[in-house]
Amino acid sequence: MKTKSLFAWVIVTLAALYFVVPLLATLEYAMRQLATGETPGWFFLGKAHSFDAFVSSIVSPRFQVDFLRSMVLAVAAIVLGVLLVVPTAYLIRLKFPGWRSPVEFITLLPLVIPAIIIVFGYSRMYLATPWSPFNKSPFATDVLLTFGYVTLALPYMYRSVDTGMRSIDVKTLTEAGQSLGASGSRILFNIILPNVRSAVLSGAFLTFAIVIGEFTFASLLARPVFGTYLQEIGANQPYEPSALALIAFFITWACMGLIQIVGRSRGAAPAR
Amino acid sequence: MATTVLTTAPPAKAGAAGRGLISWAALGMAPFALFAVLFLIVPTGLLLIRAFETPDGGITLDNIAEIFRQESILRSFWLSIEISTVSAIGGAFFGFFIAYAITLGGLPPWVRSAIMTFAGVASNFAGVPLAFAFISTLGRVGLVAFILRDWFGVNFNATGFNLYSFLGLTIVYLYFQIPLMVLVFVPALEGLKREWREATAVLGGTNADYWRYVAIPVLWPSILGSTLLLFANAFGAVATAYALTGSSLTIVPIQLFAQIRGDVLNNPGLGYAIALGMVIITSVTSGGYILLRSWSERWVR
Repeated sequence: MKTKSLFAWVIVTLAALYFVVPLLATLEYAMRQLATGETPGWFFLGKAHSFDAFVSSIVSPRFQVDFLRSMVLAVAAIVLGVLLVVPTAYLIRLKFPGWRSPVEFITLLPLVIPAIIIVFGYSRMYLATPWSPFNKSPFATDVLLTFGYVTLALPYMYRSVDTGMRSIDVKTLTEAGQSLGASGSRILFNIILPNVRSAVLSGAFLTFAIVIGEFTFASLLARPVFGTYLQEIGANQPYEPSALALIAFFITWACMGLIQIVGRSRGAAPAR
Repeated sequence: MATTVLTTAPPAKAGAAGRGLISWAALGMAPFALFAVLFLIVPTGLLLIRAFETPDGGITLDNIAEIFRQESILRSFWLSIEISTVSAIGGAFFGFFIAYAITLGGLPPWVRSAIMTFAGVASNFAGVPLAFAFISTLGRVGLVAFILRDWFGVNFNATGFNLYSFLGLTIVYLYFQIPLMVLVFVPALEGLKREWREATAVLGGTNADYWRYVAIPVLWPSILGSTLLLFANAFGAVATAYALTGSSLTIVPIQLFAQIRGDVLNNPGLGYAIALGMVIITSVTSGGYILLRSWSERWVR
C-alpha cells in the first residue's frame, strides 16, 4: 500500500511539472517586458521583470475592440444555444422520446467533424454565394460566426441540459403548470428553465470557454476576435502574446471553476 | 422504463388540449431541426458532394484521385496521421498512469478533484494561447533554455531540439491530449470491481496476475477507444499548429486552411476532396471509439 501511493505521488508530481512549468514559463516570459524609464519590479535569472506586458496589452485599443467582440459573440452564442437546446431537450423528454437518438447523434457531429470542415462549408455556402444574407456586412458575418459557435458548443450544451432534464420530473412539472393554466412557453421558461438552471449554466460557461479563444472559425470568416488578434500580434510582438495567453488560460480556468460551483449547488437546490 | 411511461402516458390523458399540445410541440422542434440542417448538415454535406463534382457540375472521381497523384497532399495526410497517432498513443499512455494514480493510487481526495478540474481546463486550452505558452517554455529564448544556460551551463539550442518540428508539436499536443485521456479514462478505471481483485487473490494470483489476466483485458477496449478519440481530437486541430509553426509543418488541416483562404492549390475540387478525406478519417476513428465504448460498457458498469 505504501509503495503504491509512493508510485502514485511520483506520477502526479511528474504530471504537475509538465502541466505547471509552461504556465510559469509563460508568466516569466511575459514579465520580461519593461517600460522605458520604469524601475523593474523584481529580478529572476539575473534579469529585471515587470508586469508591463500585461498593462500594455490590455490598454491596447485593438485588443479591447477584439476582446469585446469575442465576449459579445460568446454571450450571443450562449443565449442562442440555450434557446435552441432547452426546448428541444424538453420536448424530447416529454413528447418525442423516439427523436432522442437522432438528435443526440446530430449534437455529437461537431465533435466528429473537425471545425475547419464546418467553417469550410460556411465559407463556400454563405460567404461565396450572391444570395447569402451573411456576406452583406461585417455584422451579418458576425451573426454567421455566432451560429458557428453555437454549432461548436452544441455537443457540450446539449449533453449538459439533457443531464439536467433527466434529474427533474419534466412530466409532473408540465402537468402542474397546465392545471394552473400556464401556456407552453410559460411552462418552459418559468418552470422548466429555472429547474435546470445549473445545467444550463454549466453549458453556458463551457460555451464561453470555447468561444473566447477560438481562432479557426473567426479567421476563416475574416472577423477579428481575441483569438485572431493573439495570433496576429504573436508574429510581431515579443512579450504581449504571452501575457494574453496567460489571461486566456485564466478565463478558461474561471469558467471551469464556475461550472464546479454551479454543479455543487445543484445538489443543494431540491432540499430548499 | 422511463421511455415506456413517456410513450404510453400521453394517449391516456389525450383530449382537445392534449392534441393542441402535440402540434405546438412539433413546432417547438422546428428551430433545432432548421438550425442543424442549415448550419451543420447542409454546409458539410455540400463539401462532400462537391468532392465528386467537376467544375461544370458533372460527376467525377478525379478530385479524389488527385489526392493520390499529388505528392505534397499525400505527404501532409501522412504527417497528420503520424502526429495524431504519436500524440494519441503518448496521451493515452501518460493519461493512463495519471488516471490510475488518482483513482487507485491511494492519494488524498483533494489531489483527485484538483487534477480532474485541471484536466477540464487543459483539455479546453488548445489553440493559439497554448502555442504561446510553449514558445515561452521550450522556444529558443524560453524559460527552459535560460535555466539550462544560467544554472547548468548547457546550451539548449545546441541540443538539436526544435519546438517547431514533429517532436515539438507532439509535446505541445500532449498538453491537451493527456488531460482528455484522464477525463475519458477515469470512469473506466472506476468501473473495475473490487471483487475481481479479491477473486484473483483468493485463487492465489499476484497483483501482476490481476493486471495481466483481469484488469487489462477488461480495460483494453476503453484504452483503444480513448486512443482513437485522442487521434480524432488531434487530427482536426489547426489553430495550435498554425500559431506555432505558421505553415512550415504542413499537416492536412493547415493545407486546407490555406486552400480555404485562397485556393492555393489552384484546384477547388481538390480542396473538397481533402475535406472528404479528413471527414472519413475522423468518422472512422470516432465511430471506432463509440463502438469500443459500448463494448467496454458490458463489463465496466
